[in-house]
Amino acid sequence: MAEVFKLDHVYKNYKNDGKEFLALKDVSLSINEGEIFGIIGMSGAGKSTLVRTLNRLENVSEGSVSFYGQDLSILKDKDLRLIRRQIAMIFQSFNLLNQRSVLSNVMQPLRIAGIPRAQRKEKALEMLRIVGLEDKKNEYPARLSGGQRQRVAIARALAADPKVLLCDEATSALDPKITGEILDLLKTINETRKLTIVIITHEMSVVEKICDRVAIIDKGELAELGEVKEIFRNPKSEPARKLVFPSNPFDPSGNDSRLIRIVFDGLDANRPFIADLVEKTGKKVNILSANTKSVKGIGYGQMVLELPENKNDQEEIISFFKKSGLSVQEVNKA
Amino acid sequence: MSEYIIEAIRNGIFETLTMTFFASILAYLAGLPLGIVLYASAKDRILSNRGVNFVVGLIVNISRSLPFLILLVLLIPFTRLVTGSSIGTTASIVPLTVGAIPIVARMVESSLSEVSPGIIEAATSMGASPLYIITHFILPEATPSLLLGAAINIATVLGYSAMAGVIGGGGLGAIALQYGYYRYQKEVLWTTVTILVIMVMVIQESGNVIAKKVRK
Repeated sequence: MAEVFKLDHVYKNYKNDGKEFLALKDVSLSINEGEIFGIIGMSGAGKSTLVRTLNRLENVSEGSVSFYGQDLSILKDKDLRLIRRQIAMIFQSFNLLNQRSVLSNVMQPLRIAGIPRAQRKEKALEMLRIVGLEDKKNEYPARLSGGQRQRVAIARALAADPKVLLCDEATSALDPKITGEILDLLKTINETRKLTIVIITHEMSVVEKICDRVAIIDKGELAELGEVKEIFRNPKSEPARKLVFPSNPFDPSGNDSRLIRIVFDGLDANRPFIADLVEKTGKKVNILSANTKSVKGIGYGQMVLELPENKNDQEEIISFFKKSGLSVQEVNKA
Repeated sequence: MSEYIIEAIRNGIFETLTMTFFASILAYLAGLPLGIVLYASAKDRILSNRGVNFVVGLIVNISRSLPFLILLVLLIPFTRLVTGSSIGTTASIVPLTVGAIPIVARMVESSLSEVSPGIIEAATSMGASPLYIITHFILPEATPSLLLGAAINIATVLGYSAMAGVIGGGGLGAIALQYGYYRYQKEVLWTTVTILVIMVMVIQESGNVIAKKVRK
């Protein structure tokens, strides 16, 4: 599989009023052709900076970013512009030209690429068909809803046949239903056009829904990188755990009771663990919270359990879960 | 009012409109590019250049801080060089233009600054050149605001044109001064002032209407 982007020990620091701020710290990763790659982190983690190094909207301070083996930092302005035409981008705030019609907006990248007028229109109409907005071609963006505007932005991004689509919080301004529709559209485009997609988000649900691999960025550093289902099953780093497991809202009821979290993946999710536990050991647990979700069609879940106060009982329960092949984690008291 | 004063006012209206029209067009021919330079060369903008921004900014600031009456007098030799005369309607167009250029430049700069940085970022990510971004993204997006600014500028030029009457320029200003002030004919003064007010209102209102119609 060809490597689309390769980041090699990338650092980025900003100087602001004499104060230095390290936005990216030693980030190395590669993004493969045809995949949907997620980059997730809290706001201020550096993910927006990271995605902007991919088309050199931001220059890196140290390290290198290459696109199909081409180091971006050594490119002259003119060559950089040619490369950028292959790397389309959509934004949280859509960034459409408000004074231009939908059709004219979608034609912009084609015009920049120097494609003749007649072909521009044909291509733009085709793109609007793909995003399902052909009938809005003569409208102006101000008259469209957020979801429609993002569809226009996607049509615009795809018009000049880019190799990659960068999405910078593209669904963060949209409600959950529209977010789902936009993500479905991106997934379809990824499959039908073999387009590599990089998604920046702060929402785990977005990653769950469509990403193949995900990089977790925390305080400018790459905290964890891997297959989405692997990270959901077994998040290793603290930032990943925080994103995968929402914080536990309950305190233990007694001083000696313990809270544990059991995590199970696809197959095991079908087994009645708690019933088994009670049947086989006679010990009882209290379910404080439970959350199961479907990640790319496979069920994943976790439960937060409160164990009885007796230490021996606690050990017996934990060993039962471990023997059953579940991962058991201690939950810190809030 | 006697026949010949009415005739003079009629001529004055025509002269004022001529001066305002040509001075505004010339001022935009120079002020629009200057405003674009001021905008694009500023810090963190697409063609950021400290030197250019400082020099252009300085010239604009200096010429804008001169009172227009002083500028009128200072420019007499230059006006004579350009038009062959320093009095009359045509001659007045020169100082009016020079006086309006820096105002136009600042107004244009401020309109362009209103364009969302996101749109410029989107254009950059498409691989557009800075010049393309200015002509195809920034200017179209700023058009409604530029039109509103134009209405204000044209009304300012109209006001300045009345001042040109002091040093022998034509137009309603000269009439107001000659008949209304020196000869103490109050009704001429009030008539010309009323006409000027109506003209400014028409310009401003047309600007508002056009800008509103253009804004999508």
